[in-house]
Amino acid sequence: MSSPSDTLHESSPAPTEANPHREALEQAYGPLEYSVYRGQQRVVVPAEKSFDVLALLKQRGFDLLVDVSCVDYLEYRGATDRYGLIYLLASTTSNERLTVRAFVNDPEPAIASVVPLWKAANWLEREVWDMFGIHFTGHPDLRRLVMPEAFTAHPLRKDYPLQGRGERHNFPVITRDHS
Amino acid sequence: MALTQPVSQPGASHLDLPENVVVSRLDELASWCRKNSLWPMPFATACCGIELMATGAAKHDLARFGAEVFRFSPRQCDLMIVAGRVVMKMLPVLQRIWQQMHEPKWCISMGACASTGGVFDTYAVVQGIDRFIPVDMYVPGCPPRPEQLIQAIIDLQDKIQREGTITGREFNTRQRQQRKRALVEIPQLLTVDASRNPNLQRQLAGSARDLHDPSDLQ
Ligand code: SF4
Repeated sequence: MSSPSDTLHESSPAPTEANPHREALEQAYGPLEYSVYRGQQRVVVPAEKSFDVLALLKQRGFDLLVDVSCVDYLEYRGATDRYGLIYLLASTTSNERLTVRAFVNDPEPAIASVVPLWKAANWLEREVWDMFGIHFTGHPDLRRLVMPEAFTAHPLRKDYPLQGRGERHNFPVITRDHS
Repeated sequence: MALTQPVSQPGASHLDLPENVVVSRLDELASWCRKNSLWPMPFATACCGIELMATGAAKHDLARFGAEVFRFSPRQCDLMIVAGRVVMKMLPVLQRIWQQMHEPKWCISMGACASTGGVFDTYAVVQGIDRFIPVDMYVPGCPPRPEQLIQAIIDLQDKIQREGTITGREFNTRQRQQRKRALVEIPQLLTVDASRNPNLQRQLAGSARDLHDPSDLQ
């Protein structure tokens, strides 16, 4: 599984000095795509193992889930997968940060919810579901967060037109006679 | 104020009115009262709301025009000022609040966003509230200066004085805000990737010519 942005930015390979998190992860899950870009550590994990990897990282001190986000790589240069999920982790004790990425694909993109690990993931995952239509299995309350409940599309997907499909005009008209 | 001069009709002159009595139509008196006590409903959803607040504050002092009593309950208001963009999720709220206001009521659409959607031509933003509720005055600008909003309120006062009736007949007969606005999407040419489709390119070139056909201008 390749990470598309690596083709765009030159990312240096991980520094040669010992990296305990990387070693622990690779010991448990085999070789992973690990890179450092301007001092930020990033790791790409297979989607089906993402929950276990994140659970391990939480055990290793990443107690703060900063953000869960998503990128749609449709028609992106060099991309092999469609949706890239991004978990930004931080440790409040060692002040380390780590970006974990996992790729999912159509049809029915899905990944395990991390709400059991970090409660903060609840609304973050709801937003990703709302905007990208990624299904988080095991999420306790996977409803739309920002769009109206009756909305059917996932508007931040690249194949959704910017002006929408007419949803914004789909309301009753109130005239002077009605009011 | 539009109270008229004492009547000079032949039949009425024998009434012998005292000097400090004027005669007018009840409609004009009602309109005069209404226009000088507009109570705005501040439906401020975005940056225009800041200018709305400035309009009500000391420097511009909306109280000079009798419209300073901002009420946060629609049941006490008769002038809705929609200041800011209205998104899909907000529009049902806007309509509900409009319906909760008592007649007679008026609506000012303040700013580019409320009137047309402004720069926010996206899936979630309503492209002009007048598609879905009646609007009496539009204030252009992004955001409009407080003076512009005051001008709109003065113009609205003129309008109320000019056409207002005590029974609100003008609202029934005017047939304003019919379904005449385009409620269908204009085909979004830009969202289609025309470069890969020669057929579409020809169509687009044709429609561009139509739009700029000089015979239209004659
Ligand atoms: S018209 Fe301009 S100032 Fe007013 S809400 Fe829109 S963007 Fe903000």
